[in-house]
Amino acid sequence: MELKNRVKLSAILVIILIIGWILINGMSLGNYKIIPVKDAINYGLDLTGGVYVVLEAEETETDPITDEKINRAIATIRQRIDALGVSEPVIARQGDTRIRISIPNISDQQEALELIGKTAQLEFVGPDGETVITGEHVMDSTAVYQNNSMGIQEAVVSLKLNEEGTQAFAQATQEFLNQVIEIKLDGEVISAPVVNAVITDGQAVIQGMGDIDEAGNLAMLIKGGALPVQLDAVEIRTIGPTLGQDSFDKSLLGGMIGVALVFAFMFLYYRAPGFVSTIALSIYIILFMLSSVAIGYTLTLPGIAGIILSIGMAVDANVIIFERIREELKLGKSVLASVDAGFKRGFTTIIDSNVTTLIAGVVLFTLGSGSVRGFAVTLMLGIILSLFTSFVLTKRILKTFINASILNNKKMYGA
Amino acid sequence: MIKVKITKNHNKFFILSGLLILVSIGALLLSGLNLGIDFSGGTIVHVDLNQQFETSDIREISDKFDENADITYAGEDRDQMILSTKVDLSEQQRADFLDALSEKFGIEQADDLLSIDNVSATVGDELKKQALIAVVVAIVAMLVYISFRFEPFFGVAAVIALVHDIIIVLGVYAVLGIQVNTPFIAALLTILGYSINDTIVVFDRIRENRGKYNKYDFENLVDDSIQQSMRRSINTSLTTVLAIGALYFVGVQSIKDFTLPMIVGFLSGTYSSIFVASSIWYLYKSRRKSAKNI
Repeated sequence: MELKNRVKLSAILVIILIIGWILINGMSLGNYKIIPVKDAINYGLDLTGGVYVVLEAEETETDPITDEKINRAIATIRQRIDALGVSEPVIARQGDTRIRISIPNISDQQEALELIGKTAQLEFVGPDGETVITGEHVMDSTAVYQNNSMGIQEAVVSLKLNEEGTQAFAQATQEFLNQVIEIKLDGEVISAPVVNAVITDGQAVIQGMGDIDEAGNLAMLIKGGALPVQLDAVEIRTIGPTLGQDSFDKSLLGGMIGVALVFAFMFLYYRAPGFVSTIALSIYIILFMLSSVAIGYTLTLPGIAGIILSIGMAVDANVIIFERIREELKLGKSVLASVDAGFKRGFTTIIDSNVTTLIAGVVLFTLGSGSVRGFAVTLMLGIILSLFTSFVLTKRILKTFINASILNNKKMYGA
Repeated sequence: MIKVKITKNHNKFFILSGLLILVSIGALLLSGLNLGIDFSGGTIVHVDLNQQFETSDIREISDKFDENADITYAGEDRDQMILSTKVDLSEQQRADFLDALSEKFGIEQADDLLSIDNVSATVGDELKKQALIAVVVAIVAMLVYISFRFEPFFGVAAVIALVHDIIIVLGVYAVLGIQVNTPFIAALLTILGYSINDTIVVFDRIRENRGKYNKYDFENLVDDSIQQSMRRSINTSLTTVLAIGALYFVGVQSIKDFTLPMIVGFLSGTYSSIFVASSIWYLYKSRRKSAKNI
């Protein structure tokens, strides 16, 4: 019995150390590679640096906002941001009239803001570098199917030009027949069709699209060139990369100091069970990191505070139980019986008190936005994991210790 | 351990809490909360100037758009500047301001511009409304849960203790004039959860001990229950404040803004759960008892 439990304990400790080491340093085994957990987590803009902008479409009587206009605006903005060559920008619609943009890892914040805010320039440029027509000349552009010369159906972009545009385009297509006319958005070439025929009726067709989606995208970009709707920035948050890195490093340091202080306190005050709780809390932290990666949420600065707070709460569950164990010991019960009773009687207290905090977390998640939501996720995740670790892990480990005849002296419980 | 006599001394705690609340409300009425740009709309620009500077140097530039702009130092060597204005700066104004800084201090905008926050007044109003709804919904939901799990008056007493904590946290912010932004609301809701958590632990003991005491011996019931859970309450807030406090001392400005209200709230929450919430419940119960006896 004793020996078996001691082996079990050593195994637990070794496993924790190995998993902890792998999570911090990563590992590669043949074809399998485990990346360090810190590289697997998504970080929010406040930790990596980046630009976050909410644009609102301005409605006027003559210019109502439609879904189509907003989508065109989104396509245009995406095109501009892609031209910056940044990774993973998010451009999404928010509500009816707003567009939310976040660009991580961008160094020049002011440049990015100017780029998003400026009016797009759509140009058709001939091989001589002269502008043939611009966005104002395009009245409509849509994606349609048509039969090509081989009789096969293909997706194309159909353009309709205004009168002035029709004249200019007729002249240009005559001049540049069988040459390329580039279509540029903000100086970037978005399409480079070859002129196959002289177009005099203002109805041009761009062929060579992969599918209807590609045609639709291009059609949207061409239309968006004239910026379908007036957009104003109603919320801007930018963080430079240095501040983001600094925030991350300092929070990590603060977090580690905080955890170390908590561990020291638990060990000094509660001794044997305090020591066991530091083991359980280490497992808790490991579980927390793994589930963070698994659910793939974005870690923000308030999220880090949420993690530290949840560690404090996880400790609370342990404190409640240990205080109960002490009380039971004072009543003269054996160590094992006291531990059992302590967990059992602490249970309802911990459930009731944690559910109320969970309520705060749910409300924050439902009604909050942005980084506040990130905080709510860590808080809720923390509460659930903390219940699991204290009632399943701390209990098992503590009992294994006792069965191994290691922690069965009442003095070790501070009683 | 000395026997705690909380019920006997409840008047002293009520006076202390009453004073704290009075000062807080006074400060809130006189100077008001310093609403940050998240709620009032406006712009914050944080720039690393890489050198010591005087606020008057910045004011020369910022007076062009707002003579009341708030200019503060940041960074370990006070070589960073945070400009905070309630004016929702246009892109042009922002660019002009940064250009003027570049000229005066020779900074590189791409590297030394640390952050920009710009919120329009409409979004500010929405965030304000959102925050208020969140706090109210959270309180109501907790009240319902406690009434369901305990008895309605436990819920009422717990919510009074909560409001007590919130007023004190708001009061500290009003007295110190610290800016209030959205992270503050998240902190406030955490305080709600935490404070109620503390109160529940004490009430849970009262609920559990009830059968062991004479039906009307509320005094000993409450005192003993508090005594039994006091060490837990103190230890728990100690560990949590240790963890959050470490973040506060090491962290950057935005972490400080977030953790400070939590520290104040946790301390107030521990105090109110031990001394205020159960005293209120005790008073209500013993009043009802004496009303019945007449």
